Amino acid sequence: MIVRIMGEGQVRVDDSQLPALNKLDDDLLAAIESGDHDSFRRTLGALLDAVRSAGEPLPADTLEPSGLILPTPEATLEEVKAMLKDDGLIPG
Amino acid sequence: MKRMGMIFRAKANKALDRAEDPRETLDYSYQKQLELLQKVRRGVADVATSRKRLELQLNQLQGQSTKLEEQGRKALALGREDLAREALSRRAALQQQVTDLETQHQTLQGEEEKLTLAAQRLQAKVDAFRTRKETIKATYTAAQAQTRIGEAFSGISEEMGDVGMAIQRAEDKTAQLQARAGAIDELLASGALDDQSGMAKDDIAAELDRISGGTDVELELQRMKAELAGGSPQQAIEGGTQDQAQQSQNQHKFDKQ
Repeated sequence: MIVRIMGEGQVRVDDSQLPALNKLDDDLLAAIESGDHDSFRRTLGALLDAVRSAGEPLPADTLEPSGLILPTPEATLEEVKAMLKDDGLIPG
Repeated sequence: MKRMGMIFRAKANKALDRAEDPRETLDYSYQKQLELLQKVRRGVADVATSRKRLELQLNQLQGQSTKLEEQGRKALALGREDLAREALSRRAALQQQVTDLETQHQTLQGEEEKLTLAAQRLQAKVDAFRTRKETIKATYTAAQAQTRIGEAFSGISEEMGDVGMAIQRAEDKTAQLQARAGAIDELLASGALDDQSGMAKDDIAAELDRISGGTDVELELQRMKAELAGGSPQQAIEGGTQDQAQQSQNQHKFDKQ
């Protein structure tokens, strides 16, 4: 799966890594929903680190869309929440 | 993990649906890409300008800080601890500003690096898109083009969305820092930090001049005697020179970037 970290570019992550990343993604969403800034910052950092270390950077001239787009490391909880809301992807 | 994936793709597909002949949108999109590329490059230049301005201010503030330290040293050598204390407390206030500016300087450098890399990535993708565009126009029928263009579009529009937000971020940060840099420029221009022109700063220098009178000569004589005697030069005076050497090293550090 191709993953974009906003502001950093795209990496290709092997599908076998996805379950571990999914766990962090769930934690991140939980932090966003409960408005827990500390947990959000920590979990986002951990998720991005995991993607960076598991992923192989894509050449800059590829035109492949990402299967997943992750926020920039400095994004705030509010920004990420707004991004998700725009698309109505968070149920409830 | 699937929840965040659709943000830019949705926008790209919407743009594509609107066009009657998808091939027509290729040139339009390419035009937009070139515009964005220009914008990123201007962004890099803007951040670099702000960074250089900050470096100039840092050098000025550090110069003032060194001057105050020398004044403190001199006041102490002349037995005026009160005056030395005043000079050093002003220096401490100045140092706080220096530290603050150094943090901002790091922030701007980080933004500059990020935008430079973003410009490189976008350039590579725009080039790839141009090649793909020409191939599609030359080779494929409208029906085939639909799919091909869809793929090329989603790749590039994702990058464009990302870069657009990165520029926005950098602009916001630069604007914040520029407001603060403007305040410091005013402070420097007002002479409040400059003992040549400002009354606020002048008092320590004036008092030192007044009390030193012939004392400078005495201190210099002492120093020469010590040198001739082969002893170490008087610390109070030599210390200032060492700091100046250190100061010019700091200036070099900022100039070279």
